Amino acid sequence: MSMETEKSKNPLSPGSTPGESDAWLARPATIRLLWRVFTAVLVLSVMVQLLFKVKGYFGLDGWFGFGALYGFLSCVLMVLFAKFLGRFLKRDEQYHRVDEND
Amino acid sequence: MIEFLPPALIMLIGALLIGPTRGAWRSAVVLLTPLLTLVAIWQVPDGVVTTISFLEYPIEPLEGSPVRRLFATIFAIMAFAGGLFAYRQAKWYELAAAFAYAAGAIGVSFAGDLISLFLFWELMALFSTVVVWCGGTPAARAAGIRYAVMHLIGGVILKVGIEGVMVHTGSIEVQPMLAVNFDTWMILIGILINAAAPPISAWLSDAYPESSPTGSVFLSAFTTKTAVLALILLFPGEPVLIGVGLYMVMYGIIYALLENDIRRILAFSIVNQVGFMVCAVGIGTQMAINGAAAHAFAHILYKALLFMSAGVVIYRTGFNKCTEVGGLFRTMPLTAVCGIVGAMAISGFPLTSGFTTKTLISQAAADQGLVAVYFLLAAASAGVFLHAGIKFPWFVFFQRDSGLRPKDAPWNMGAAMVLFSLLCILFGVAPELLYRFLPYPVDYQPYSPGKVVLYLQLLLFSGLAFFLLLPLMRRTNTITLDTDWIWRVGLRHVWSSGESLLGRASALLSASRTRVMTLTYGRANFYFGGQESRDGAPRGVFARAWPIGTTAIWIALLLTAYVTFYYLD
Repeated sequence: MSMETEKSKNPLSPGSTPGESDAWLARPATIRLLWRVFTAVLVLSVMVQLLFKVKGYFGLDGWFGFGALYGFLSCVLMVLFAKFLGRFLKRDEQYHRVDEND
Repeated sequence: MIEFLPPALIMLIGALLIGPTRGAWRSAVVLLTPLLTLVAIWQVPDGVVTTISFLEYPIEPLEGSPVRRLFATIFAIMAFAGGLFAYRQAKWYELAAAFAYAAGAIGVSFAGDLISLFLFWELMALFSTVVVWCGGTPAARAAGIRYAVMHLIGGVILKVGIEGVMVHTGSIEVQPMLAVNFDTWMILIGILINAAAPPISAWLSDAYPESSPTGSVFLSAFTTKTAVLALILLFPGEPVLIGVGLYMVMYGIIYALLENDIRRILAFSIVNQVGFMVCAVGIGTQMAINGAAAHAFAHILYKALLFMSAGVVIYRTGFNKCTEVGGLFRTMPLTAVCGIVGAMAISGFPLTSGFTTKTLISQAAADQGLVAVYFLLAAASAGVFLHAGIKFPWFVFFQRDSGLRPKDAPWNMGAAMVLFSLLCILFGVAPELLYRFLPYPVDYQPYSPGKVVLYLQLLLFSGLAFFLLLPLMRRTNTITLDTDWIWRVGLRHVWSSGESLLGRASALLSASRTRVMTLTYGRANFYFGGQESRDGAPRGVFARAWPIGTTAIWIALLLTAYVTFYYLD
């Protein structure tokens, strides 16, 4: 439960302040609900492994919750690596245009 | 067996007819040509159908086999849905070019020899460039030129390889080979350039997003997937491809994560998905080849669907960056839902075509005991969900409210999206419909509970990572440098510094020439005199009046010397 409340504070839509008059999907109440459902689904997807055995091909991938941990960690790594590369490789979007029109 | 036209020819005739026809006739040509082509494709029997002799080489422009028919089929289906999507909005010449481009792809699918393969290959390069140019902006023109240059270079490399194989083996058959010598390496590199393999993947993400909203739908389908087919036919089991494929998979994810342009995100994810297929061809077992072929088939459906969804957004709003759109689900529900179906399919969610085809490749890697490949592909599957599965729909249709309230898709665009959405789900729910057309018999059950649970965990927790890391993914108005920096910026700097170096050298040269000229002129003037000497100025040394005595002494000296030498002899 504590995890859930922590997540529901996460600013899902930064820069916008959808009021109650906005589309159903954009209301803060709906977004809170969606986070709850999402959390339940996440927990369920791991718990279901108690019912259905994940065979796995190499031992490791048959561990309890392997998919969850591996999926999460590899995504965090990829985002951080992209962020790191971006420090060196990002340029203003006019970079090529300015250069090619000189 | 009745005589029928080769499928590629039907498509080409259709492309030619689009120009001269008008109104309802043109619509009929656009919609019926791919269907007629599809019928013709399924008339092509296994084995070589026609042989023409050309310069003593047996040309086999039409050779059937299950994998060839499978690719030609999806190309024809793609041409139909693309035509439906575009025929009321696109310029007629864009449609004609796109159909000729499709004809090239279908021609490559059935090419039984390397010469006809090359011809259709170049047909594709030619007309895909026209499709890029149909973007109509100065940026599209420039990107089209870079695209054409890259593909012409690729074509030349491929041709060098083909000529080498022709000369050294005497055979021009399209048959499995390995990259073992110069010739086969050239062919492999030529094909890999079209597959957007490293280090020159940049042409794809450079050109495709510059085309029109309808053009990019066609572009997403043909070039890279024909390259995959060519790899299946020519290089099954080539070990180099495993590494190349894995690199492409990771490159696509990382660059897509950094990207702001909606269609460029999708373009990077093409490289990512083709990476899965290239890797599978490298593994080379029957399971892997089935996986590559099935994944190419499914990929064309969902990637075109994603490009259609993005195309509608750009067509309706005129914006093409994540930072400019957002919250569009309010007024574009159909486009949003179809985009989400495409996003689920590319991520390989269970019950979509991505799941039933991508897991074939993972299975093949596991069967061969390729531990690293298996785990990297699993990480990549999570990464696909991250960069395409959530990022694309989230930033376009949700994110924040951009205040834009565009209309939903025009009916024909909507129909094309619904058609492909249904196909994405159909092949996910009933994979045997696709499995039965794969090149090898399929003994594989995608829906084991364990596999479904594993994939659900991978994908759902990838989604969790996305939302938790959202602050790190704020879109910025930036581009990301790629290897094309070398020729777009680096080489130009080398060129201009070379130019300035030459300029300095030439200035130096002309300065010293002036010095030499002035010096020579001064000396000549000193000895022979100049024009001004008439006005009483001192004449040149040899032009002066010399005293007679000096002359006599010189003559005496010369005579003495003559006599002396005469006697010495």
